[in-house]
Amino acid sequence: MIFGISIAFLLTAILTVLGALAAALLKNLVHCALSLTVTFAGLALLYLQLGAQFAGFSQILVYIGAVAILVVFAILLTRGAGIPEYRDFSSSWLAGLVIAAAVFALLGWAVARSFPANIAASAAPAVTVQSIGAALMSTYVLPLEIVAVLLTVALIGAVIVAMPESRTPKSGAEASGGK
Amino acid sequence: MTPLAAFLVVAALVFAIGLAIALTRRNAILVLIGIELMLNAANLNLIAFWRFSPHANRHNDGLTGMMFAIFSIAVAAAEAAVGLGLVIAYHRHTKTTDLDAMTRMKG
Amino acid sequence: MIACSASLMTAWEARESISIPTSWIVANLWLIPAVPMAAAGLIALLKQPRRKTAAALSIGGLSFSLLLAIVAFAHVLTAWGQGTETREVVNFNWIDLGATHLQLGWILDPLAAVMLVMVTFVGLLIFIYSTGYMAHDENFTRFFCFLSLFAGGMLGVLIANSLLLLFMCWEIVGLTSYLLIGFWYHKPSAAAAAKKAFLTTRVGDIFFLLGMVWLFAQTGTLLFYNNGAGAMEPVALATLLSHPAALGLSAATAIGLLIFAGAAGKSGQLPLHVWLPDAMEGPTPVSALIHAATMVAAGVYLVARVYPLMSAGAAAGGSTVSLTVVAWVGALTALFGALVAVAQNDIKRILAYSTVSQLGYMMVGLAVGGVAVGMFHLITHAFFKALLFLGAGSVIHGCHEEQDIRRMGRLRIAMPLTFLTYSVGMLALSGFPIFFSGFWSKDAIIGAAHAWPISQGPFVLLLLGALLTAFYMMRQVAYVFFGSWRGPHHTHAHESPLAMTLPLSILAAFAIGLGLLGTPAWPWFTSFIESKSLSVDMHAFSEPGLLPLMGFAILLVFAGLGAGWWLYAVRPIENADQKDALEQASPTVFGWLANRLYFDELYEATVLRWYAVLAWLSDWLDRRLWGGVVTAVSSGFRSLGLVNKSVDSQWIDGTFDKGCEELVTGGGVLAWLQAGRTPGYLRILTLGVVVLAGLALVVGAVTGQVRL
Repeated sequence: MIFGISIAFLLTAILTVLGALAAALLKNLVHCALSLTVTFAGLALLYLQLGAQFAGFSQILVYIGAVAILVVFAILLTRGAGIPEYRDFSSSWLAGLVIAAAVFALLGWAVARSFPANIAASAAPAVTVQSIGAALMSTYVLPLEIVAVLLTVALIGAVIVAMPESRTPKSGAEASGGK
Repeated sequence: MTPLAAFLVVAALVFAIGLAIALTRRNAILVLIGIELMLNAANLNLIAFWRFSPHANRHNDGLTGMMFAIFSIAVAAAEAAVGLGLVIAYHRHTKTTDLDAMTRMKG
Repeated sequence: MIACSASLMTAWEARESISIPTSWIVANLWLIPAVPMAAAGLIALLKQPRRKTAAALSIGGLSFSLLLAIVAFAHVLTAWGQGTETREVVNFNWIDLGATHLQLGWILDPLAAVMLVMVTFVGLLIFIYSTGYMAHDENFTRFFCFLSLFAGGMLGVLIANSLLLLFMCWEIVGLTSYLLIGFWYHKPSAAAAAKKAFLTTRVGDIFFLLGMVWLFAQTGTLLFYNNGAGAMEPVALATLLSHPAALGLSAATAIGLLIFAGAAGKSGQLPLHVWLPDAMEGPTPVSALIHAATMVAAGVYLVARVYPLMSAGAAAGGSTVSLTVVAWVGALTALFGALVAVAQNDIKRILAYSTVSQLGYMMVGLAVGGVAVGMFHLITHAFFKALLFLGAGSVIHGCHEEQDIRRMGRLRIAMPLTFLTYSVGMLALSGFPIFFSGFWSKDAIIGAAHAWPISQGPFVLLLLGALLTAFYMMRQVAYVFFGSWRGPHHTHAHESPLAMTLPLSILAAFAIGLGLLGTPAWPWFTSFIESKSLSVDMHAFSEPGLLPLMGFAILLVFAGLGAGWWLYAVRPIENADQKDALEQASPTVFGWLANRLYFDELYEATVLRWYAVLAWLSDWLDRRLWGGVVTAVSSGFRSLGLVNKSVDSQWIDGTFDKGCEELVTGGGVLAWLQAGRTPGYLRILTLGVVVLAGLALVVGAVTGQVRL
């Protein structure tokens, strides 16, 4: 226990942060995507350490299994005709960095200043998948349905947006223009 | 440092890095990656608070935080799909994913 | 003119009838001039080839006026017979002048009635004559349009009760005279003559207008008779007499002289006579109607109308200054006309100067003997002068448009009817005793001149004039109808058609018959005009001095006729180039007379030259001075415009353009913000969140809500 935190946590945390940094700094897009995956994995581990097994596993399933793959697909699909000539970082990257640092500073300050006394680590809540399922069907049934609709809409929307435009023949316009 | 604080700091760090990606990288897909990182950091925050909240504050069988996080995962996944679909569609038209070049509205 | 008559008609709707309930004819007296004017208007709308329509409209219109004139004459006759008031007036308001009105009106009294009948009757005869005379002219329709217009105007002059209305119709008559003298306007001499006539009468008209305005200023009315308020009625006359003008004259005298100046212009008195002989350029019917019988008589009629004004203030048995001036001017004109007529060779010019002379007689008659004496001569003169002119027209027509009497001759064989009627006219004009009207009318004037207390000068001049009149008329008749035919050898004269000879016969009958109306034994005319009672009185002839005077006058007439006969008919004139007998006797005097006593040359050298200088000066002033001023003003405006333009384009436009450019640039800047730069938006967004969150935390910490 270094500074009140366990080694396992420390290592996982370092892994996560490094993965995020790698995603930020790497030039090759695919490498970025893969480091993103590493970050997702680190986060899943952290969830497991916190006792949120369901969240952890769903993180692995959804994020690593779907979102990361999706990102890789997108990168591959937008490889483009040639190698991009542009630089990787925007011309005003410093401003973005500064802002990000400001955000971190704000958050860090808030965290540091808000726990003057040690809070006793309470016991982990008793969670089972069954209780989650029951809760989903009773207390959280409305958000469940809404998310279902949302997912449907997103699915349809994504399909439509990404669908290639069908070249409809302009027969109707030609026929009317020929009179 | 309490465990909670550690988790929160980690989450803040990941969040800041995700924000930095979104604000500084030129590729649109990388911006989306940054957004995913930010969402994940928020999720971590939620789960951490769920774990370390006092007994007295636990309502609904103490599942609120977890539920929030699960729903957040689902929504984030949907949003990632739509966003990437947009980028792909844009790339189809303009053959580029450079955000700095996406100035079609420029008058 | 149309607008004027329209305004007259509408104003007439609100007329105020002044006299006792007016009879139908007096209320509708305005139809007499209106119908011929309407006919003229209708003819003006026709095309040239419609001759029969034009002639029918003219003659029909004037016949209608003649009928109405006869009705009016009968009306006045009955009033005279019954002893009631013979003067009837209808006045109406024409223009509102604030509190007062400008009134116009018409009058029917014996003077007007007689003139109406004469003018319409003689006019109608001349219209009928013209259908024959102008038959070969291509501008037939235009001729009748102008003739009708003239008839309307002249009749308007006759019935006018207002000096203003009279002046308006006076101007119409002057205008038509111009149009008709210059009828054949392609001839430069005709156009010049028309212009001369118009300008010379204009000179008189200016004085007329001055007199009219003065009269209105002094008395406040231009009506002649208005129930005691008219200008010819005692109240107004007293006002005029009391106001002095210049040179010890009263306003009445001055106004009278001014109005006489207008009459002198129109009636060709000395020195404004110069236009009348030149007016013979017009067609012969025009000369007959306008310059013998009617228009020139308008001047005499005007003096008769304003006679109360001109004779106001006369001591019993005496005369006024105005009338003295009229008498002398008339007498001098009479002699002058007769002198010049002796030496003329154009058949119409002789008659023109004769008209000038006879108009002088009429003026003298008015001045010395009163309205009736002058007017009687006017009436008789109208008939026999028209007869003479129409006869001359017949002669000209028969001689194939020849007008020089030296190239005529022996026409009494070729044109017997013309010869007969012409002789009647000649004898009437000369004053051949008893049977011819001219004798009675002229003798009345001579008698009145003899009895004039102011001076015997006019009397002597008139006697000389009578002698010369007889002489030159006999000369003319001898040249034209006797001697041998001096025209082109291969041509012969022929008698004129019935349309021309019938009016001649009718006029000849009147030239004889009218004399009966004016004999001293039965002075019908005088009594009628003066609305006195009448009786046949043969003892009038035994008035002291009357018969000797009459005898002396007859002697002079015979002397003149005899001299003329002896010089020109006893030895027949054989060829055209033969010198005139008088010319042989005294070439220089004859030369003076033939050149019209150089009046035209005098005017040319003085008035016209002075006028030319004035015109040149005006032109110079106009081009240099006024033109310069106008150019300067316009240049000023132009430069102002240029300054305006430069200010506008450089300052205002520049400012505006710069402003617009700034706007565009600003817009560009703003557009830059909207260019869709996503990273930028994200950064701003995040920054905002950070700031807000920080703020919330700080504030919360300060207020103690956030436990930090």
